[in-house]
Amino acid sequence: MPGQTITRRALLSGSAAAGAAALFADSAALSAQPSPTSASVRPYRVHVPEAAIADLRRRIRDTRWPDRETVTDRAQGARLADMQGLVRYWGGGYDWRRAEARLNALPQFSTMIDGVEIHFIHVRSRHPAALPVLVSHGWPGSVFEQLGLIIPLTDPTAEGGNAADAFDVVIPSLPGFGFSGRPTGTGWGPDRIGRAWDVLMKRLGYKRYVAQGGDWGSVIAEAMGRQAPKGLLGIHVNLPAAVPPEVGPALTGAGPPPAALSPEESETFEGLRAFIRGGNLAYTTMMSARPQAIGYGLTDSPAGLAGFMLVHPGFAHWSFGADPAQTPGRDEVLDNLTLYWLTNSAVSSARIYWENGGSSATSAAANRTAEISVPVAITNFPEEVYRAPESWARRAFRNLIYFNAADRGGHFAAWEHPQLFAREMRAAFRSLR
Amino acid sequence: MSDLRTSSTTGPSETAAFTESGTTNVNLVEPGPSASIRPFQFQASDEDLADLKRRILATRWPERETVDDDSQGVQLATARKLADYWANEYDWRKCEARLNALPNFITEIDGLDIHFIHVRSRHENALPIIVTHGWPGSIVEQLKIIGPLTDPTAHGGAAADAFDVVIPSIPGYGFSARPAASGWNPPRIAAAWIALMKRLGYTRFVAQGGDWGAVLTEIMGAMAPPELAAIHTNMPSTAPPEVFEALRSGEGPPAGLTAEERRAFERLEFFFTHGLAYAQQMGQRPQTLYGIADSPVGLAAWFLDHDQLSYRMIARAFDGESEGLSRDDVLDNVTITWLTNTAVSAARLYWEALPRNSSGFGIERNNVRFFEPIGPRVPVAVSAFPSELYPVPRSWAERTYKQQLIHYNQLPEGGHFAAFEQPDHLVAELRAGFRSLRRA
Repeated sequence: MPGQTITRRALLSGSAAAGAAALFADSAALSAQPSPTSASVRPYRVHVPEAAIADLRRRIRDTRWPDRETVTDRAQGARLADMQGLVRYWGGGYDWRRAEARLNALPQFSTMIDGVEIHFIHVRSRHPAALPVLVSHGWPGSVFEQLGLIIPLTDPTAEGGNAADAFDVVIPSLPGFGFSGRPTGTGWGPDRIGRAWDVLMKRLGYKRYVAQGGDWGSVIAEAMGRQAPKGLLGIHVNLPAAVPPEVGPALTGAGPPPAALSPEESETFEGLRAFIRGGNLAYTTMMSARPQAIGYGLTDSPAGLAGFMLVHPGFAHWSFGADPAQTPGRDEVLDNLTLYWLTNSAVSSARIYWENGGSSATSAAANRTAEISVPVAITNFPEEVYRAPESWARRAFRNLIYFNAADRGGHFAAWEHPQLFAREMRAAFRSLR
Repeated sequence: MSDLRTSSTTGPSETAAFTESGTTNVNLVEPGPSASIRPFQFQASDEDLADLKRRILATRWPERETVDDDSQGVQLATARKLADYWANEYDWRKCEARLNALPNFITEIDGLDIHFIHVRSRHENALPIIVTHGWPGSIVEQLKIIGPLTDPTAHGGAAADAFDVVIPSIPGYGFSARPAASGWNPPRIAAAWIALMKRLGYTRFVAQGGDWGAVLTEIMGAMAPPELAAIHTNMPSTAPPEVFEALRSGEGPPAGLTAEERRAFERLEFFFTHGLAYAQQMGQRPQTLYGIADSPVGLAAWFLDHDQLSYRMIARAFDGESEGLSRDDVLDNVTITWLTNTAVSAARLYWEALPRNSSGFGIERNNVRFFEPIGPRVPVAVSAFPSELYPVPRSWAERTYKQQLIHYNQLPEGGHFAAFEQPDHLVAELRAGFRSLRRA
C-alpha cells in the first residue's frame, strides 16, 4: 500500500475487527516496501503476480534431476522418488493462491525497524487482559508455521479454554525471510533481531509482553532474555540452549566423554551424538560458512530449494504427503517452500547462520544463558532433535519457571500440533499474568 | 592414519594394510567378456547445448552478498560474469574436439564402465603413468600435460623422459558410469586403477594425482602392488599428529615449528576452520544438492567455491587477468560435469569416503582427516605448490615418507589444480621426480 500512511491507533483498532485486512489494497511488491516514516506501521497484503507463479511452474516442469541415491534410506538426503513426487505436485495440483488467501485473511503489517522493513501478523484478542506474545519462527520455516496458533491463543474460550489465557499475538517474519526485507549489510544476527523485536512490541504499544520461539526463534528469544528489555516478562522456548559446556566438545569429538551423567542425561548425550554423526548438521555447516556458494542453485532451481530445505532434521520423519494424517501436510509444506521461492529468500535466509558464526543453537555457553535473568519456560517435544533433561535446563536457566514434556510433536511443534502447542504456551506463561 | 579409505578401528598411529582385493573381494584382473576395451567418443547433442544456454540466460539470481569480500562465498559479480561468458562466448565444441582428438576408451571394471584417455608414447621404454583428477574436476584438468609427457622431444624434453599416459575418469565423474549402489569408496577405486593398468598390459607403472587423485594415488601406494614402481603427489598427506592435536585444542601452533611449517599450519588451520563446508555437505548429504543438477549457475558456483585461493584466481580470470586457469578452462570442467549430469554422482565420492558413524570431515570432530598420512609403501615424489591448500614443508614430507621420499621440490607458483594451472611445472616435476626409476 505504497504512499498511504495509517496511524498506529487506526491500525490497531482495525486489526481487532475480523476481516479488517480485507479492506486493505493489494501490495504490488512481494517484499515489504519502505515506510514513509520509519516508525509507521502499514497494513500489508500479499499478492504474487501471476507471472511469478507461471515462472515457478515452468522451472518445475523443466527440472533436470540427478540420478537416484545409491542407498535405500535417507542417509544421502531427500530421496529422488520422494522429491519427484512432491515437485510434480508442486508444479501441478498445488495452489499458492490458497496460501495467499490464508495470509490475507489475517491482519498483516509492515514497519521499518533498524533500516529493514519487517513484515508481521498481528492479531489482538477480544479479551481485555490478553497477554501480548511475540512468536518467532526459524529456518527452514516462516510465519506459516504459526498460523494454527492464532485462534487458540487469541480466542481461548472458543476452544474450551479460559479467557484468562488469552494472548495478543505478534508473528514477525525474520529479516531476510518471507515478506520482510532482506538486509543489505551485515550484523543481522539473533541479538540484533531480538532488539528489533522489542522495538516492534513497543511500537505496537505493548509495555509488557512475552516472547516465544523454536529453532532460530529459540535463539532469538534467548537473546531477548539476555537483553532483558523493560517489559519483557519471560520467554518460552522449544529448542532450549541447555547443552552444558562440558558436553558440547564431547559431542563433536573434541573433548573427553562427560563424566557422571545421569541415565536421562546419558540418553540425551548419546542421542545428540548419534544425531551429529548421522550427518544431520551438514546444512548448518554449509550455510554458516558459505551461504553465497550453496545459494545460487537454491535460488535458480525450485527442486534445489526443496531438496535443501527438506533435508532439515525437522523433516526426518515427514512422509512427503504419503501419510495424509501427518501435519504439516503436503500443501502446508509447499506453502512454506513456495514462500521462500517467491520471495527469493534462499540466500538471505541462509545468512542468519553466517551471521551467527556457526555457533550452536543448543549450547548454553554459546547462547550465554547464564546472563538470562528473566523467567524461562521450556517445553520438550519428543521428536525434537534433542530433549533437554531438566537437570541441564536448570543449570542453563537459573530462572526456570516451567518445564514440561509434551506427549507428541517434533521440531516444528507449533506447525504440527498447534492446539497442543497453544496449551503449552498458556501453561508456560500463566504465572506471569 | 587416515580413514579416507573405509571406516576402520585402527588407532591414529597405526598404518592400515591395504590389499588390492581387500575391499571388494572381486578378482579385478581376471579377463572376461567384460574386460573388453572399447573406443569412446563424446558428442553433446545440439539440444543439450541449447538447453544449457537457455538455462544460463534464464538464471534467477540471489541478491548481492552483504559483504565486500568473498567471505560468504562466490560473489554475485563474479557469478554474473561467468554466466555471461558461458552463455554468450564459450564454445563447448572446442573442448569436445580436444577430447575426441585423443584416444578415449571405456572398459568395465568391478561392474562399472570406466572411461579413460590412453596415449602411448612413440618412444620405447616410455614409463606408464596413471594420472588421476579430483573434485571439482575431471579429465579436462589433465589435457595440457598429455603432449609434453608422451612426446617430450617436441616439448623441451628428452626421449628418456617419455611417458605412456592413462587418465581415467573417477566413477561417477564425466564419462565414467555413475554407480547405482554404494561402495565405490577410495580403496575400491584405487584397486580398479591397478586393474586398469594391468589390463592395459603394463607390468611396471607409476601413478600421480592431486586432490582426490592424490588420495587415490597414495592408497595405491599403500596397496603397493608389485607393478607400481612409485607415486607422485601434488597434494601429499603429511600433516603430523602434533599438528592435529594443536588444531583440535585451538591453542595455536605446536612449539618449535619452523617458519615454513608454521605457514603450513596456518593454512591447515584456515582450511579446517573455514574451508570444509562443501566437503561436509557432500560427505553427509550429497542428495540434497538437487540445485546443482538443475541449475548451471548453481553448479558453477558450487565448483568455484572449492578453496579460497583457487576461487580468487578464478575470479581474477573472469575479471580479465590471465593467470593459471583461463575462463575456458574453468567452464570446460563445469560443462563436462553439466552435460554428463554428474554433479551429484561426483559429490558422492565424499559420502563414500566418510565413515558413516563419524561427525564429518574436520579437525575437532572426526575420524577422517584430510592430509593425515596414508602410508604408501612405494617410493614417493612430492611437488609443493605454494597456493595448494597447504604448502607441504620438506620436513613433513621427509617425516611422513622417510626413506621412500625420492623427490621433493617447491614450485614458485601454482595452486590446487597443478596439472590444469601449471602444466609446465608439473611436467617438469614428473620428469624429475621419476627419473631415478627409469631403467636404462
